[in-house]
Amino acid sequence: MPNSAPALHAALLAELGLETAEPLFGQIPENHRFNGDLAQPPALAEEVLLARHLRTTLARNVTADDNLSFLGGGIWQHHVPAVVDEIVNRAEFLTPVWGTPSSDFGRNQAWFEFTSQLGALLDLELVGLPVYSWGCAAGHAFRMAARLTGRRRILLPARLCPERRAVIAAYCASADPAAAITLVDVPCDHLGRLDLAALAALLDTETAAVYYENPAYFGGFETGAAEIARLARAAGAETIAGINPISLGVIAPPGVLGVDIAVGTIQPLGIHMAAGGGLGGFIASRDEACYAAQYPTLLNSLATTVAGEMAFGLMLFHQSSYGSRDEGNDWTGNSTYLWAIAATTYMALLGPTGFRELGELLLVRTRDAALALASVPGVTVIGGAARFVDLIVDFNATGRSVADINNALLDHGIFGGLDLSGAFPDLGQSALYAVTEVHDTDDIARLAAALAEVLA
Amino acid sequence: MTMRNYHASRWDEPLIHAMGAPGRRGQLFPGADAAGLVPAGLARQTPPALPELAEPDVLRHYLRLSQETMGMIGISLFGTCTMKYNPRAGERAAAAVNAIHPAQPAATMQGLLACVHGLDMILRGLSGMDRFTFQAAGGADAAWTQAIITRAFHAARGEGNSRDQIITSLQSHPCNPATAATAGYEVITLPLGDNGYPTLESLRAAVSSRTAALMINNPDDMGVYNPEIAEWVRTVKAAGGLAFYDHANFNGVMTRIRARDLGFDACMFMLHKTFGVSKGGGGPAVGAYGCTAELAPFLPGPIVDRSDDDFTLVEPARSAGKVREYMGNLHQVVKAYAWARAMGAEGLREAADISVILNNYMEKRLLQIRGVSRSHPDQPGWRLEMTRYSLQQLFEDTGVSAVDVQNRMSDFGIDAFWLSHEPWIVPQPFTPEAGEMWPREDIDYWIDALAHVVDEAYRDPDFVRAAPYNQVVRKLSSADLDDPLRWATTWAAWTRKHPTPA
Repeated sequence: MPNSAPALHAALLAELGLETAEPLFGQIPENHRFNGDLAQPPALAEEVLLARHLRTTLARNVTADDNLSFLGGGIWQHHVPAVVDEIVNRAEFLTPVWGTPSSDFGRNQAWFEFTSQLGALLDLELVGLPVYSWGCAAGHAFRMAARLTGRRRILLPARLCPERRAVIAAYCASADPAAAITLVDVPCDHLGRLDLAALAALLDTETAAVYYENPAYFGGFETGAAEIARLARAAGAETIAGINPISLGVIAPPGVLGVDIAVGTIQPLGIHMAAGGGLGGFIASRDEACYAAQYPTLLNSLATTVAGEMAFGLMLFHQSSYGSRDEGNDWTGNSTYLWAIAATTYMALLGPTGFRELGELLLVRTRDAALALASVPGVTVIGGAARFVDLIVDFNATGRSVADINNALLDHGIFGGLDLSGAFPDLGQSALYAVTEVHDTDDIARLAAALAEVLA
Repeated sequence: MTMRNYHASRWDEPLIHAMGAPGRRGQLFPGADAAGLVPAGLARQTPPALPELAEPDVLRHYLRLSQETMGMIGISLFGTCTMKYNPRAGERAAAAVNAIHPAQPAATMQGLLACVHGLDMILRGLSGMDRFTFQAAGGADAAWTQAIITRAFHAARGEGNSRDQIITSLQSHPCNPATAATAGYEVITLPLGDNGYPTLESLRAAVSSRTAALMINNPDDMGVYNPEIAEWVRTVKAAGGLAFYDHANFNGVMTRIRARDLGFDACMFMLHKTFGVSKGGGGPAVGAYGCTAELAPFLPGPIVDRSDDDFTLVEPARSAGKVREYMGNLHQVVKAYAWARAMGAEGLREAADISVILNNYMEKRLLQIRGVSRSHPDQPGWRLEMTRYSLQQLFEDTGVSAVDVQNRMSDFGIDAFWLSHEPWIVPQPFTPEAGEMWPREDIDYWIDALAHVVDEAYRDPDFVRAAPYNQVVRKLSSADLDDPLRWATTWAAWTRKHPTPA
């Protein structure tokens, strides 16, 4: 601490006419003060000792770089280009929080390029600054739909990421029964796609929105997307789609599928998993005033200076919780803004061709993994060929539990797929495996061989 | 002191959409024949309108934008955010968890969980609470955690429908009333009394069998400590409500007070502020939420348990639900753990002392500047780590506002001061926070710059109102920002609405 040298410390106190800092705390009554043992571990003030402690402690981890990992389902191991790491570790982006529109200019331009490039992928013109996660984005979007329609019922896939579902449920519950949003499950097929006949039967005049995901949690494409939007609109409901934007080089964007509000994750766009710290979410829509008025996020708009230069400023600030406290839209605060900078760098690196190539590669890798795993005796891969990154592997015929199999795979240096048996008991012993561009055909073959050995 | 002859970097860098050329690539991927793998009707027909650039061009573009951001390279005393240096040892160490998937078996995350548990124990010591979770992805998300735990706690006692009010104060952070309202509560906001904090009488009038919780900051961001806070907590709890301490302003009182000792059921620390973690321009952040054993069963899960040297993940029995997927921004928890370990108890106390000393040193000098006053001028005594000032006199004398002063100070390499949360109960407010990591020379320079700008304002107010001049760009025109026909968060929207390029 720059002012902790005794002479400097004493000089500052002398400016205040003091010899110790104690009088400065005079506002705090004596009986509020703690004088006991704070039970703190010994200080490691010397960086050399601290670094060694951290290094030896963290060496107890086994990461997805050490092992071959097939964990996905909401947060995935994608390749993070080296340039992205350099940019997000720039001190100018990494350490500050807020300046003026002029002194934050470069950061604000990067944020604008994030919303702008994401909007191009989504084919939607209004994109907010990011929120904490996909689940938080969906929760906010459901509340937006409820305010837009005055209705309080949301239809959503019965097969949904349980983590995301738990976050959404907290956003929709309410201490005021009249304000609570009811979540109604729509039956899904084995790939997580909505049953359109069931959806049509469930839609009513109380339905605020229909929510679907594309790709779905189980990796299937929502082939009924356009029909879902048509049915929802006919019932006066909003259509909200959950999107993994890394698919949008090859998959039709929500903007052309009749979606009103799109939400999703930005983590696949060049952000490390970081044990969950890489999560980030987005909310986007058509650029219409009625939608803009419901955003809880901060909105960074291109504008001009008094001299006519390009500039950036926050639009509709008054409707945020910063502007209107409990009268604002939900709430906002610190979010995942550094990841907007990672994602904009990533999108600029890929460009339209990179997104197409990567999308095609992910389709092929997923198919290859499905074929390879289906060849393992006793193992069934659910669904047909068209899947994206995630796929359900059914182990019921093996008589072994997923937990047991995953334990055995650890001995082969492999993290098996997410165990679905707790969240989806009707699937029995099934797991959600994820394959991305970090896996090559040898990795997939190694997984299949290890599974064959484990299950033999 | 002589003002620096500063000028911000200005690259006149175009938007990325106007850069590149067809066919340029920044990343290549192995070719793959995906024919037939996209269902009919779902194939993308038109490529996304993204720029096409080579890797070095992308790198240089964003390096230039980083240089067009002052950040912590200048001096930032942005109050309420505790702008402090982020030790790079922690930043470096945290990269070791980048490739961890949060659903890995706990046995493969023992190092990470040791840090999480270690910080939990450190915060228990500093607060007196029994258990912390790091799932909340920011301070506001920790307030949201309190809101949903409040819901679950009263519902479990059969009082979910009758306790429908949450009490806060006008000076508490907006996230407290906002998250309470989002959770379905009626919000009661207490106004301030003459002493700079709400009266005990106003609290007693608000508390009833409908009270679900109190959510409050103390000290507030005017540097005023409510000496009756323990009686406040007793009053709320006697009526059956929970008491939540938003410890956003912990920096000045670290080691001196503990939330639990004051009677609170729960508290929140911001790791990206008080605990030395990088802010990222607004996250990823962590609101570390700690509570008593009575509330612990309602925490979002999973939480970390320790048995000897083994760490396990457990789901609380009556969890109120999740505030975010998985366990939180755990790479940031590693950094906070590193910071707290480097500081130790004595270092924390010294940091608190210095932050309060520097604030009062600033106050002494700032109040000598013409046109500057402090909130509640009739309240004597030292403030804690922040003081709320007003430039109302300057504004009345010259027409120069606090925002104008903020802009002009940026011409000297000083980034924005914090003004005030809404509503502005002090006109033309400004709120610097010195913290413990800025050398006295920087603090003096900051004060000299403010004095310089005030002097300019009295001599030539129009000049200050039109500032900045040495920044990347001139002053923002806010004309477009609330106009649906002109605002644009994307290049596509801008080009549609503004046929002539910016």
